[in-house]
Amino acid sequence: MDSMTLIAVASIVTAGLTTGFGCMGPALGEGRAVATALTALAQQPDASATITRTLFVGLAMIESTAIYCFVVSMILIFANPFWNHVIAQATTAAAK
Amino acid sequence: MRLSPDEMIFWQHGYLKLNATIVFTWGLMLVLAVGSKLITRKLSTGLERSRWQNLLEIVVTAIEKQIEDVGLRHPEKYIGFLGTLFLFIALANLCTVIPGYEPPTSSLSTTAALALSVFVAVPLFGIEDQGMGAYLKSYAEPTVIMLPFNIISELSRTLALAVRLFGNMMSGAMIIGILLTITPFIFPIVMTALGLLTGMVQAYIFSILAAVYIAAATGTGKPKPEPAPKT
Repeated sequence: MDSMTLIAVASIVTAGLTTGFGCMGPALGEGRAVATALTALAQQPDASATITRTLFVGLAMIESTAIYCFVVSMILIFANPFWNHVIAQATTAAAK
Repeated sequence: MRLSPDEMIFWQHGYLKLNATIVFTWGLMLVLAVGSKLITRKLSTGLERSRWQNLLEIVVTAIEKQIEDVGLRHPEKYIGFLGTLFLFIALANLCTVIPGYEPPTSSLSTTAALALSVFVAVPLFGIEDQGMGAYLKSYAEPTVIMLPFNIISELSRTLALAVRLFGNMMSGAMIIGILLTITPFIFPIVMTALGLLTGMVQAYIFSILAAVYIAAATGTGKPKPEPAPKT
């Protein structure tokens, strides 16, 4: 396998794995957070504003780890510096 | 595949580039400033008021109540900064329904600038409230060993603020773009609605987190010691 193929394969596989694993953890965490928040709401309905607001803040913090993985996947697919470098090399070699 | 409105360039002269991020940001600033100036020209203090003034009052009192709930005791000191953050990010994300518009918050430059202004504002508010010595001492709490970790947490909080907002907005725009090539019309509309919801939630999260950081810096967590009751 030449280096161009190797870079392409590594980028694509890593992007897929990053999104796959990166969505599992936050999903589990958010599920537990919502479950606990619902329990708290059932026990104290008059604190619902505080509980809801804290729940959303916590969910956003958990979500941001999933967003980090998504950003890395996007960079690997669309703004991959190694791929751009290899493509530039191949273009100049083909132009000669 | 376009990653950000930074790459839509309207006009270029050497190094100076007028890209979509700058144009849309200035457009939003114009709408916010001119709109509020027009509405607050003739404020009435009685029961009769125009509906636009009513709208602004609802927004301002809601933001004040949220700031108080976070723990900041005098919301009028902070509502200028926090309210502007919320209104700018909310309007930037809400205008996605306008065709041809790209939210400037989907570019890392805008979100990094907003996160940097929070990074600068938190020590400013902390020093203004506690004084320079007490604020700097708070970095060494609970023990001096925590000093590098406190500094690192400051930096990572700022980075997380920027990347969270950027990631949410960029992913929304990109998913809609990808879906339009696969299943036009119905599914992209649903995803656009979801993108609006996450945009509003992210605007709220950004300003609430900024408020929480300011509350932590101004030491509102410490209750004042009560004087002992005289028997």
